[in-house]
Amino acid sequence: MSDQLIYASEVFLNGLMAGVLYALVALGFVLIFKASGIFNFAQGVMALFAAMTLVGIQSGQVPFAHLINAVFGTKIHHFGWEVHSIIAIILTVLVMILLAWMVQRFIFRHLVGQEPIILFMATIGLAYLLEGVADLMWGSEIKKLDVCLAEGTCLPQGINLAIDEATFNLFGYGFFIDNLDITATIIAILLVTALVIFSQYTKQGRAMRAVADDHQAALSVGVSLNYIWILVWSVAGFVALVAGIMWGAKSGVQFSLSLIALKALPVLMLGGFTSIPGAIVGGLIIGVGEKLFEFFMSSGDLAGALFGFTMNATENWFAYVLALIFLVFRPQGLFGEKIIERV
Amino acid sequence: MLDQAEGYVTADGRKIGGVVMEMKNITLRFGGVEAIKDISFDIREGEIRAIIGPNGAGKSSMLNVISGFYIPQVGQVFYKGAPRPPMKPFEVARQGIARTFQNIALFEGMTVLDNVMTGRLTHMKTGLWGQAIWKGKAEAEETANREVAERIIDFLEIQAIRKTPVARLPYGLKKRVELARALAAEPSLLLLDEPMAGMNVEEKEDMSRFILDVNDEFGTTIALIEHDMGVVMDLSDRVVVMDYGKKIGDGSPDEVRNNQDVIDAYLGVSHD
Ligand SMILES: Nc1ncnc2c1ncn2[C@@H]1O[C@H](COP(=O)(O)OP(=O)(O)OP(=O)(O)O)[C@@H](O)[C@H]1O
Ligand SMILES: [Mg+2]
Repeated sequence: MSDQLIYASEVFLNGLMAGVLYALVALGFVLIFKASGIFNFAQGVMALFAAMTLVGIQSGQVPFAHLINAVFGTKIHHFGWEVHSIIAIILTVLVMILLAWMVQRFIFRHLVGQEPIILFMATIGLAYLLEGVADLMWGSEIKKLDVCLAEGTCLPQGINLAIDEATFNLFGYGFFIDNLDITATIIAILLVTALVIFSQYTKQGRAMRAVADDHQAALSVGVSLNYIWILVWSVAGFVALVAGIMWGAKSGVQFSLSLIALKALPVLMLGGFTSIPGAIVGGLIIGVGEKLFEFFMSSGDLAGALFGFTMNATENWFAYVLALIFLVFRPQGLFGEKIIERV
Repeated sequence: MLDQAEGYVTADGRKIGGVVMEMKNITLRFGGVEAIKDISFDIREGEIRAIIGPNGAGKSSMLNVISGFYIPQVGQVFYKGAPRPPMKPFEVARQGIARTFQNIALFEGMTVLDNVMTGRLTHMKTGLWGQAIWKGKAEAEETANREVAERIIDFLEIQAIRKTPVARLPYGLKKRVELARALAAEPSLLLLDEPMAGMNVEEKEDMSRFILDVNDEFGTTIALIEHDMGVVMDLSDRVVVMDYGKKIGDGSPDEVRNNQDVIDAYLGVSHD
């Protein structure tokens, strides 16, 4: 049994790391939802779009190459240069800011005051539009994403040997923890810290909180809603980029990335739609929960011995069922504001 | 008594200056409803100007026109002598016009101090990158803004609830916090929509005293809507009376009180 406990600890740690990614996607949702009441279905696609743009810029791909070639009969695909990761990231951030501006200018500015369900439908449209644009811009093949600060210092791949060795000396069993997951966790912590500092200590952060709390009151103290919404979509775009890099570095940049957005839904049910700590804790709970549950249910020594049967692939549904249970017993989520209809 | 260019001196010896805000032939419609019908009036520097009238007369609509929440179909607003183009509420706020709302619009999730600090947003100058690069400058600005906020909190005697989340406060105190947030902007024109509605006698007396003190100590020009005639007569220098979207009276409290149209309007309408 103590062997099982050691294995479970490893599974727990890996679950935490997986949860970080869910938390990041959910964080993007919460930012936009708090500020504008828009439930942004496109958050996952934004992560995909950001990652594709980053790879495209890095590898010197010509955007819309197929379109250009078809119209002008040319045969260009690459500029023939490679762009340094840091410059490519900066350019991608600029693209995400431009996207935020366009989303606000061409879609949501025309939908101010509409029902939430209409805003939600608009984001579904946006998700598919963006997926199409990403395809048209950069092509649909799976791409390898590697971010390097300098020659030789790239995002680390492989198993962390120090942890492997330390746990082996301790338990006689070495934990397998991905270097990439550890890096991702550190980056996520830095990102969340930066966001908290931004929202608590800057003028724009204060204005953002004001808009999230009450639109009318925010206007009366001189806050431009339009500006704040562009800002919030930009920040959500940046969070999407970070999530996209992590996912892309792990499993390659591919369209299935937009599916992780769906995993963010149960995370939000757990954490509440308006709570940033909720998104983080919710993400970690789902990450850990689904890994531990899978570990427990698929093990003949555990579930097998206890129930007389085992189950596999529970990761596909565990998060959703957990969310359903939460919906029934605590609809506002762990940290969400209590839902009280005003009369 | 009323000199157009120069202003006037009130009964209690306060000097009232030139015109700060002038509304000229304002008409505002909602579909078929005319909420404001061809109304003109002005607000002078340093005065307390009341807008009164029965329910649905169009008083709040008028305040919303001044603060940019509604754009009138007809008419022109002049601010500090210049015609004002149609503006968004946040642009009006940045011009130094602060307001409170009839139904209170506070940041319910923030503390009292945070609400008042948010009222200082128009005075926070350092840009996003400036704040990242010149940390010292941003901090000095924060300290200065904080001092103003604390001074207003002291002034309105809400020190005891500085750190209390607004959502937990009783109605009367919320009204006071909303006034504090508006004052934090150090406005040149302060608009108050029924600042004493729903208050008991004692709270009303406090609020009246604060309004007089604000006007007296900071020289702030104030336009306010109020139902309680006693309060209006005590506080205001000049009164605009509205009824069914029309202006039916304009002048000193005494003039208005003796105006037959005003008497009729008030006799014909039941009040809460
Ligand atoms: N946003 C709006 N849409 C449609 N009609 C409106 C709107 N705001 C005000 N009205 C209408 O304009 C008229 C004047 O309303 P307003 O709120 O200005 O009155 P008021 O004098 O402030 O009344 P009260 O003393 O009850 O606050 C009313 O008939 C009201 O129904
Ligand atoms: Mg009103």
